[in-house]
This record gives sequence, structure tokens and C-alpha cells, in this order.
Amino acid sequence: MTACKCLLLLFLFLVTPVTSAAPPIERWQTASGVRVLFVESHALPIVDIQVDFAAGTAYENFAQAGIASLTRELVELGVAGMDETQIASRMADVGAQLSGEVDRDRASIILRTLSMGDKRRVAFELLRAILSTPQFPAAVFEREKARSLAALKEALTRPEALVKRAFWSAMYGSHPYGRHETTESLATLERADVLAFHAAHYTAPRARLAIVGDLSRAQAEAVAEELTAALATSPGMTAIAVPELPSSSEQRIAHPAVQAHLLLGLPALKRGDPDFFPLIVGNYTLGGGGFVSRLMKAVRDQRGFAYSVHSHFQPLAQLGPFEIGLQTKKEQAQDALAVTREVLASFLREGPSDEELLAAKQNLIGSFPLHLDSNREILRSVAVIGFYELPLDYLDRYSDNIEEVTLSDIKAAFARRVRPEHLVTVIVAGE
Amino acid sequence: MRPTRLIPLLLALTLAAPALAETFERQLANGLRVIVKEDRRAPTVVHMVCYRAGSMDETNGRTGVAHVLEHMMFKGTPTVGPGEFNRRVADAGGRDNAFTSHDYTAYFQQVPEHKLGEMMQLEADRMRHLSLDPAEFAQELRVVMEERRLRTEDQPQSLLFEQLTATAFQAHPYRVPVIGWMNDLENMVPADARSWYDNWYAPNNATVVVVGDVDHQAVFKLAAQHYGTLQPRQLPVRKPQDEPRQLGIRRLVVKAPADLPLVMMAYKVPVIRNVEQDVDPYALELLAAVLAGHDAARFSTSLVRRQRLAVEAEASYDSTARGPGIFYLQGSPGEGKTVSELEAGLRAEIVAVQERSVTADELARAKAQLIAGQIYKLDSMFAQAIEIGQLEAVGIPYAQHGRLLEKLQAVTAEQVQAVARKYFNEQGLTVGELDPQPLPPAARSPAAGS
Repeated sequence: MTACKCLLLLFLFLVTPVTSAAPPIERWQTASGVRVLFVESHALPIVDIQVDFAAGTAYENFAQAGIASLTRELVELGVAGMDETQIASRMADVGAQLSGEVDRDRASIILRTLSMGDKRRVAFELLRAILSTPQFPAAVFEREKARSLAALKEALTRPEALVKRAFWSAMYGSHPYGRHETTESLATLERADVLAFHAAHYTAPRARLAIVGDLSRAQAEAVAEELTAALATSPGMTAIAVPELPSSSEQRIAHPAVQAHLLLGLPALKRGDPDFFPLIVGNYTLGGGGFVSRLMKAVRDQRGFAYSVHSHFQPLAQLGPFEIGLQTKKEQAQDALAVTREVLASFLREGPSDEELLAAKQNLIGSFPLHLDSNREILRSVAVIGFYELPLDYLDRYSDNIEEVTLSDIKAAFARRVRPEHLVTVIVAGE
Repeated sequence: MRPTRLIPLLLALTLAAPALAETFERQLANGLRVIVKEDRRAPTVVHMVCYRAGSMDETNGRTGVAHVLEHMMFKGTPTVGPGEFNRRVADAGGRDNAFTSHDYTAYFQQVPEHKLGEMMQLEADRMRHLSLDPAEFAQELRVVMEERRLRTEDQPQSLLFEQLTATAFQAHPYRVPVIGWMNDLENMVPADARSWYDNWYAPNNATVVVVGDVDHQAVFKLAAQHYGTLQPRQLPVRKPQDEPRQLGIRRLVVKAPADLPLVMMAYKVPVIRNVEQDVDPYALELLAAVLAGHDAARFSTSLVRRQRLAVEAEASYDSTARGPGIFYLQGSPGEGKTVSELEAGLRAEIVAVQERSVTADELARAKAQLIAGQIYKLDSMFAQAIEIGQLEAVGIPYAQHGRLLEKLQAVTAEQVQAVARKYFNEQGLTVGELDPQPLPPAARSPAAGS
């Protein structure tokens, strides 16, 4: 109890600027039923928009692994009345940038444009067309499929890609999070499969919109309506199954690389889980806190085993992984693994010291404004809040939530979430 | 002085005078230059110290020492123990790191604005009082060798790039990779790092860049307080080491475990030496943008989409450097195509510009991208700090930044055609090919099936 009070006192001077750093988030729903989050900011003449669909790799059929990325790729390569080059040319003409990504849960379309009327109107109209009338031209489909196959074949020679694939497979088995595209699954994909995947997943109830930047609320509402008006109203959301925890295992994959790539971990944390805060505060000390973490000190500073070593939690719609990763000269892989395991075991036994806990909170709270110092960073955070339906005051409450974590919370959360009997290890290019 | 004031100017392309006013500059009596850019969007500040010493200042047998010293800068002074620098930054709610390039070495922290003074105190301390403990040195050298394994030894693309550069340059120190050759790292001793530090780490060889929620007068005061007491020192003479004229095409092959072949082409070109008088470097920047600056650019449209010669094709060029310039073309052939077919395709795109120049639309598009890119850069305090540091390091005062943009906007189609004709010939060309080697079967089966 006494320790807690000291902490509260210590953080008084930090709390004021931190709270004011969280931007106000506005929320509404479009006529088509898409939920929108908006942060108004006129400091720069920029508008950033992220459209997330529940259309990540977890929603693929096993035999069609690879279709989520291919669909996302193709969605912007041809719309009614415009081919891929015309779309790209018009985007470039107004200086707009289109990007995106696909992870387990989400397929994202991200637009950055200048906010001047003549510029943003062109960019918004292109995004509207991409969302409402993608054509998936057959010739473009064939070409992009061939490019995906080439990229996959190359990835399958890379130790960093091999270790990741084997790691997720070991953690999740046949659960959707454990699936990966293969040369076979990609080769069998047909254009009709992409059309079907798009129709089933790029719909209004599966979409979330995040808008940040130089628009008024009224302008943002109009844009949101315009962008989402033509989205299909069904199908709705589907749940991802709860993964079973794996039994502890160790897998070794031979590879000619000079460095071994190691990953250790297990399915651990869902978005919105109350264990989130104790786990990230604790993980700061273990391996999240960059140069000052225990893993960094033991593996890099004291032994020179690795350039970098990290641990982190990746919360997803379902239990996402806790992972520890490092790369080290082949010959010392076994020693580095032993040190890593020992650091983890002693952390699980004892948790952080009082000083470490204090340092973790001080950094996580003090650095909070750094993570919201640009429109890009704000967009990233707001999109996560929207997609995973986190509370709207998530950013406002962030510092308080960190501050309230106690040593026993951390030990209890790690004991629940990081159980050694479920920990899998994968080593590529070890001896 | 809010960054927003730059924007109408950027758009009106009348950048010079007011864009100048946006940053503030002062030189201390010891030669240290301080450049401040006020950006008040978030209560944080980026503090960066750039030393005008990079791998191009190294000597034979000691390659990689600039970067090793960068690592050692975190290993303590008599008053701040090993690892303590990182801990102090973390406790201040900040993040920090450093990087080394051919041209310069930079250290940066991003912290809440009221911690700037503490960061200056830490940087000033390690500018003069580095311990360079031999035991720490031995440990850190192992870390750097792991970094080289991670970034180069196991990366076919990096290996090809390293070999290509080492072939294109024979006399100029740009031939050496920034991280150094492995054998030089294996034989490096603390005295090498010590002499590097003593040679180059002085206030008269450094620029401090501050971007963020600060008042420039307050920053100048803090800088004078923390850095002002350091004594300037005589810097070593820098020899030009100009590259002799290349007398014909050079070719090389790198064999490494991979699946996709890759071809990289390096053409020798100039960089900016005189902001006002130069023409060619600006035209080369726009040539790169027209060839591969966006999804509708020529490489993507012609090589990837129409001809399907490549799964990927890129062009890159940086007009700012202390040393000589290179214009890179690179790509991986599409299914059923060979590296030589792709090389011919890349060359054909250059020939097309040599013969028919570029269209007005293409040029306008490239310029629109450029202006938008400058505005988007204002969203990142790091990007702004690095831009200032980079220009200063290569000898272009940041005050001329606005002029650079104006010169780029003034480039004509005829000038783009002229540089395509002048520099893209076999005489100054080096071509590298990655010849992919299959993995042993044991390495392939488990992953492909998982």
C-alpha cells in the first residue's frame, strides 16, 4: 500500500500534460451502419483515413490460404470506368498516397491526402470507387497471383519468414491464426474465389472507419457517408474460434544461414482483456523496454549474443501471441536460448522489482505523448480502438490504467497468461 | 513560427524567405551549430546531435569503426555508467537511438519537452568524456558482428548491394560498407575507437538539431549552458579521394540462398555541390520520380504491368551526399523471364527517355508528389530533424532547403532528357546479379508444408 501511494505522488507532475495529450475522439454511425471514429486536427493540411474490414487471414478457408492478401491487393487495381493505371495516376496527380495491410484480423485500406478541396475531393472519390465498385480484372488477377507466388517462394528461403511461419503453426495448430499461404493454396486460387471472399467480407457491418485530420465534423460525416453508401449490408460479423493452448514443444529447422533465428511464445492475450495493462507494464521490464529490459541486458549487454532481443504481446480479436525473439550466431544458439529461458523463468517467478516497476510506469506514462505526436500515430491508435471496440476514453484512461498496476497484478497476470507448459520454441538455422 | 506557415508557401512555390524564417540557427563560440525548428503540435521534442564523420572518413583495416564508436557511445563516461544513458532517457519518458551513414553519425532522443536540458547535458558529457572501457568494447564488438550477420551476411539483397558498391567504387571510400568488413571488425581494438573519437568528436564538427514544442531562444540558452564549455579541436585533414574515371562496364555475380534473381544497375552521376548553379542533380531526382516514384510511374506501368518483365522494379537516387553519386535501377524478373531480359527492359526505359523525353503530365505528377511529400514530412518530427541533419552533414545549409525545392520545381522535360543522355551510358555502369542458390532439401520441406 505504501509503495502505491509513493507512486501516485511521484506521478502527479506527469499526469497533467499527459491527459491533455490525448485527442478527443468523436464517434457516430453512417446510414449504412459503419461505425466511424474521428479526430479533428487542423495543424496540418492533411487528412488520413483508414478503412478496416474484418477480412484478415483468420477468415480464409484452409484450402484458400493467401486469398485475404490477394483480395486486398486487387481491390484498388481497377474500378468501374477506371483501370489500375488511371487510378494510380489520379492519386499521384493530387499527391495522395494509398497503402494498406492485412493481418490475422484486419484488411486495411489507408489513404493519406492533402486537405485542400480540389485535392481531397479527387482522393475521396477514388477511395469511394475502390470501396464500392472494384472490378478484379481477370488479367490483373493472374498477374498479381503470379507475383504473390514469386514473393512466397522467395520468403520460403528466408530464415526470418520460416521461423515466423513455424512459430504460428506451433502455437495455433489448425486454428485460423496458425494457417499460412502455401505455394499449393495460392496456385489453386481463382478469380471467382476472390470475388466471393470480397462479397463475404468487405461489407458495412464488417467495416470500421477512422478519420484524422483537417476536416470539420460535418465534412467528416459527409465523407464517411459518401465512402460507405454503396457497401453491402450483409453478411455481418463472424466470430473467430477460441484457440486451444498448445503443449510445450521445441522445433528445429535446418537452414544454411550463419545466424539462428529463435522465437518462443504462446497464445496469450485478447484485445480488451483487463490483463492487458499488467502484462504490458510487466513486459516493459522483461523485454519490451528497448535497451533497458532484462532480456536486452542479459542477452546483448552482458554476453554480446545478439543485436536485438525483444518480448511483446500482440493482442488480437482472439488470444494473440506473447513472443520472445532474437537472432544469434549459429554456434551460440543453444547458450542464448538457455539465457533467454532463464530470464523468462526468473521473471515469472519474481516479477519486476519495485525499482523496475517504477521505471516501467515512468516510461510508459511519460512516453505516452510520443506515441500520439503525429496524425499517423493518432490514426493508428484510433483505428485499433474502433476495430476492436475499445472504450472511447481508452487514451484518456491509459495513464491511470498503467499507474494502477501493482506488482501482484503483474505476477498474477503472467501466471495466468504465460504458462511454461504451453510455451512453444522454434529455432531456424540452429546447429 | 508554426509549421503551418510553410504550407501556403510550399503550394505557392515561393518558399525562400519565409521558409527560412521558420528555422532558427546559431553557432556557439566553440563552433557548435544549433538549429531549432518549432513544431508545437505535441508536448515533445526531438534532440539530435550529428557529427560530420561517417564511414567515408575511415582508413583501411579500420572499416566499421565509425559505427562501432556509435555503439560505444552508450557504454558510459566517468559520470554516467554503461547503459545509464538509455536508462536516463527511458526514465525521462523518452526513446533514443543512433545511426551511422557513409557521411555522418547521428544520435537522437525524443522526450517530453521539459526534458530537453537533461538530454543536452547527457550528449555534451559523452561528446568529450567517453570511457571506452576495453571489457565493454570487447562485448559490444560481438554485438556489432551479430548486427552484420543479421543485416548483411544472411541477406542476399544486402550482399549484392555491398558487392556492387565495392565494385562501382575503387578509390573513393564509399566502396566500403558502413558496418565494415567482418575481418576488420574481428581485428578491431579499443585504440581504434579511441583515436576515431579523439579525431572527430568535437563541438566544431557537430550540429545540434532540435525540433518540437520549444522556444528557440530558450533552446539556444540551454545549448550554450550545456555545450558551450566544450573546447574546439583541430580536425584531421580530409583527403578528397576522388574516384578515377570509369573506363567501361563492370559486372559481378553474387551467389546466395534465395529463390528470386535480382539485378542491380549503378550509374555514376553527380550530386548537388552548388545549390544555385547546379542543374543536373535536380533533373536526376525528377527522372527517378518519373521512372519509379509512384504506382503509376513508368517501371510499374511498363515493366511490371504491361510487359510483366518484372515482379518488382525500382529506381533510386539521392542528390545530397558528401561523396560521389549513384543512380540505381533494380528489379526481379517475372515468371519465365531472365535477369538479362529484365536488364534489357530497364535499359529500354532509359533509352525511351533519351529519345523521347518525358511528358508534361509525367513531370507535373512527379512535382505534385514532391510537394505533397514535403507536407507529409511535417507530420513527423523525426523526419524533419533528419532532413535538417542530413543536409547540414553534406554541406548544404538548411537555410537553402526552400531553394532546393524551387530548383526541383523548375526542372524541364528537356533537362530530364539531357541527364538521361549524359550519364546513362556503359562507361559509368556497374551491373550486379544475384544468382539464387537453392536451399538444402532439409531446410525447405517443413516450412513449405506448414
